[in-house]
Amino acid sequence: MSAMNSEESGYFGAFGGKFIPEALVAAVDEVAAEYGKAKADPAFATELEELLVHYAGRPSALTEVPRFARHAGGARVFLKREDLNHTGSHKVNNVLAQALLTRRMGKPRVIAETGAGSHGVATATACALFGLKCTVYMGEVDTRRQALNVARMRMLGAEVIPVTSGSRTLKDAINETFRDWVANTDTTHYIFGTVAGPHPFPAMIRDFQRIIGVEARRQILERAGRLPDAAVACVGGGSNAIGLFHAFLPDQDVRLIGCEAAGHGVETGKHAATLSAGEPGILHGSRSYVLQDEEGQITEPCSISAGLDYPGIGPEHAYLHEIGRGEYRPVTDDAAMQAFRLLASTEGIIPAIESAHALAGALDVGAELGPDGLILVNLSGRGDKDMDTAARYFERNAT
Amino acid sequence: MSGNIRLLADTLARAGKENRAALIAYLPAGFPTVDGGIAAIQAALYGGADVFEVGLPHSDPVLDGPVIQTADDIALRGGVRIGDVIRTVREAYRATGKPVLVMSYWNPISRYGIERFARELAEAGGAGCILPDLPVQESAAWRDRATKLGLATVFVAAPSSTGPRLREITAAGSGFVYASSLMGVTGARAADGEAAPTLVRRLREVTDLPVCVGTGISNAAQAARVARYADGVIVGTALVKAVLDAPDEAAALTAVKTLTAELAEAVRRT
Repeated sequence: MSAMNSEESGYFGAFGGKFIPEALVAAVDEVAAEYGKAKADPAFATELEELLVHYAGRPSALTEVPRFARHAGGARVFLKREDLNHTGSHKVNNVLAQALLTRRMGKPRVIAETGAGSHGVATATACALFGLKCTVYMGEVDTRRQALNVARMRMLGAEVIPVTSGSRTLKDAINETFRDWVANTDTTHYIFGTVAGPHPFPAMIRDFQRIIGVEARRQILERAGRLPDAAVACVGGGSNAIGLFHAFLPDQDVRLIGCEAAGHGVETGKHAATLSAGEPGILHGSRSYVLQDEEGQITEPCSISAGLDYPGIGPEHAYLHEIGRGEYRPVTDDAAMQAFRLLASTEGIIPAIESAHALAGALDVGAELGPDGLILVNLSGRGDKDMDTAARYFERNAT
Repeated sequence: MSGNIRLLADTLARAGKENRAALIAYLPAGFPTVDGGIAAIQAALYGGADVFEVGLPHSDPVLDGPVIQTADDIALRGGVRIGDVIRTVREAYRATGKPVLVMSYWNPISRYGIERFARELAEAGGAGCILPDLPVQESAAWRDRATKLGLATVFVAAPSSTGPRLREITAAGSGFVYASSLMGVTGARAADGEAAPTLVRRLREVTDLPVCVGTGISNAAQAARVARYADGVIVGTALVKAVLDAPDEAAALTAVKTLTAELAEAVRRT
């Protein structure tokens, strides 16, 4: 079994492809060609490695969390600490690599979408470091719920443009970034933030995030003496999840569990659980699962987490779901917020609300596995950005 | 019943014989209402448009600027359905006997069903489809149905398209080829530089299909310049804007008819 059956053409089984306007074909092909050259160039790997180690702080730690794990059926739980990376999330892995590609292509300007702001902050950071002009599109709703990250991006010299179309969240920010790109391909690279979008983005960004699982696999073998029973990650577009999962794909005994945002509950219709409740369709340049109505109009997602509030998912996840290699579970806002508080109060680690979905999933998986279980969770980001949202949530839900 | 690809070809050829470019107009279906949209489209056709592109409104019109986004939004909030788009095509064709195409993002058609959509469009007298985010490599299933049902498949070429891409696009396409005059989303712009004439010249080297130019053409002066070298001039956003800016439906119809008449005059080469 391989998730790479026809990656040259950009397909993972029936999912992926390149559904883009002709005006973007040349730019997207240029990215694919440049990435192909970079992959074959040892200097690219060396330079990226230098940045990841000395700038981003890799390898990230693996932390065992026994006090948290008591609530997870007594299973052992380890967190892969992507929250400790420079900029505070896994997004920096992809962004530094694409910033190098941008420089190789000789483009002076970068654009990016952002939901929670983690990808936007990472992109703004890399642009400051590389001396690139940076514009970040962010849904207006998200600029309000993640105001801290807006301030960070602006401090880093990026222009942040609030997007007021559609649901004013991540999906619409991506639409607007594509509109910018169509008009500015000569000067501009689009640093896409997740493993969705047209080929080559899903495979390329997967490659850049793959280091998460490569490190974690080695670390957990050293620390626990065996592979985990389950690797758990939250899934919006799916970049941190595929980054964790990919190194474990050949390990058939390691369950790969993606936690989707179920918002108020899948049954309420107010959720962002694309694989749990969506259907195959095309959004943002690739065929995958999509939240849509029966006439192919994309429906508005709902999640407390801006980073998971997206009606699509990367095509490789759709493929792993379809062949049964990945298990995708819905996690409600409430379950995520309980896990958010639990990790903070038991371990002194405040997770991003996105990552809290994975923690909630781990609590359930632990209960299923019992005390012999060994669980690896990707703590994809830290929660500083979420303190306002969390304070408001717990005030509203005070018992 | 077969679709009207022949009517489209004859219409474009006749315009050429009359020493003018064809005027191709665009409005989304269901905008501002389904019946109001049908009336506006008929007004454009009576006003002098030769061919009509009926937009299928989409929740995520990535290729469209703010004006068409607003129109799509109004149409979707009004509850427009694909059945209404088909009815719009039928009534525009029946009333005027002119070729009517649908312009749509791919997901709605893919979801509705290729066979079902193509059959309903052909039965309504439609002439074909423009599918701006369906790449040639993904289009075989659609083209197979479209060809059998007498529907044109119009692909878009961009100034950035490479030579081999232009060959692919024109080899797979039928009806005409849509040459995008500039790099960017739909919407009125001041710019009309060398990109469009260069692209049209490059297309003529690889195809005998009529070449129609669109994106960013908003007034008679621009239309007249493009008409000198293109087989057709495509205007969308300016018509949408005319409807948006009108105080009521009657004024909207007058504005559409007036603007179309000006544009139809402008595309004459003499």
